[in-house]
Amino acid sequence: MLFYRRHLKPGVKGWELHKALGADYPKVLEVLDDYLKSLDLMVKTVFEEEKTPVGKPTLEELNKARFYVTLRGELTPKESRMIGWRIDDLAGLAVAISYIISKKGQAPRKDVEEVLGEKLLGWKVGANIDRYIRYGYLQEDDNEQLYLDWRTRAEVDEKALIDLLLRSEAQTTLPSEGEGEEEEAEEQESD
Amino acid sequence: MESKKVQKKQGTEKLQRIIEMCVAIENHTVDPFLLNVDDIIKVVQEYFPHWDKPEELNLDSEAIHHLASVIKLQSEWVKQRSTSLYTDPFLLEEKITQATKDEMVGVFLGAWHPLVELEQLSLHSLGEALRYWERLLPLRERWPELFVPEVGIGTASWDELVKQRVLGDKVFSDELEVFWRELKEMVKVKGVDGKMRYWDFVGADTYEETVQRAFMASFLITYGYATLEVRPLEEEIFIKPFERPVAKIATQQSVSVPISVAYDDWQKWKRGELD
Repeated sequence: MLFYRRHLKPGVKGWELHKALGADYPKVLEVLDDYLKSLDLMVKTVFEEEKTPVGKPTLEELNKARFYVTLRGELTPKESRMIGWRIDDLAGLAVAISYIISKKGQAPRKDVEEVLGEKLLGWKVGANIDRYIRYGYLQEDDNEQLYLDWRTRAEVDEKALIDLLLRSEAQTTLPSEGEGEEEEAEEQESD
Repeated sequence: MESKKVQKKQGTEKLQRIIEMCVAIENHTVDPFLLNVDDIIKVVQEYFPHWDKPEELNLDSEAIHHLASVIKLQSEWVKQRSTSLYTDPFLLEEKITQATKDEMVGVFLGAWHPLVELEQLSLHSLGEALRYWERLLPLRERWPELFVPEVGIGTASWDELVKQRVLGDKVFSDELEVFWRELKEMVKVKGVDGKMRYWDFVGADTYEETVQRAFMASFLITYGYATLEVRPLEEEIFIKPFERPVAKIATQQSVSVPISVAYDDWQKWKRGELD
């Protein structure tokens, strides 16, 4: 049920699992999650309308949640290309998601296009945003405002993304001593 | 005595300015950290011994009250920004624009856990599908109304088309010639100077017939059998037949003249009111 797409969106709703497995389905999911560890996969729970419960979720909250199987670890850039993403498109997606997060979850499409347009070709910008919308990463309303959509909530750890972004900036603005050594080593290798 | 008065006046003005500043901060029009609380407290302390009247003391307490509100706002600001969830949007935006594509991808890959899906047929699902296919009734039985009986291709005779009112019982050009002759006859009898009023020509006993005649009259004019004479001031339209059809009419600059043949107009014509 979790692996196969049964509806328009992948994953399965809690109430569907409840119906199929009974009220103990959260325990079944725990066992499955444990089993999936060895495959570097995990069961991801996305609560309704981003209402992540503070403590242990109730059965009612779980019934309304959607469950997916996602990659547990991280992909390398090479692996991301192997699953069909060009570096430009992936960077564009990263920028669009980060930008929308920085604007508290909502940004005018025009502004996102402007940010992407700084590093992507003009014709690609609109096409890429449409693609991100089609894939379910972003959604657009009638007022041309962009929001994060279900796939971003399922696949992207928003907090980790922002933390990593902040850290990456710190590294570029305040280079460590080790970095210089690496550069020197690279230069020597190239010689 | 005079210097005390001046000092009091200065103090009052300073307190009023402090209150105005605090109110602006409370209304979120000014950054709360623009106000140096220590400096303000020093000013309040400096002038406090001079106050003896109730309104002066009231002003002093009002200044302290607003100052307390500003300190509260400053504290909230610090609290909000110190939470782990808060990130300065400007800082983030700056980072996004500064990062290279590779950096951005690297960052994203650290937080991206793509969905895993399977798309695969199993023997079980194939078996299920075949069993379903066996049970499935043919479309002809499920939606019989969708199937219209097939009709072979054949030919239709002239009489059949006339019967079905696809064609008239006369060739159109013959009909037009007859209509043209009728116009010429009527103009001879009722017309003046080789023309007659449009409505007197197209008007008939029934409205349907009138519309039909107006339709035919339009072809008479288009094909050069007749012409119209419009007198806008008198609001009169005359139709004038040619002795022979004018072939050059289509090559000239032609003007469309819309003529309303409304039911009300027809009734007015019948009553003789359409002058």
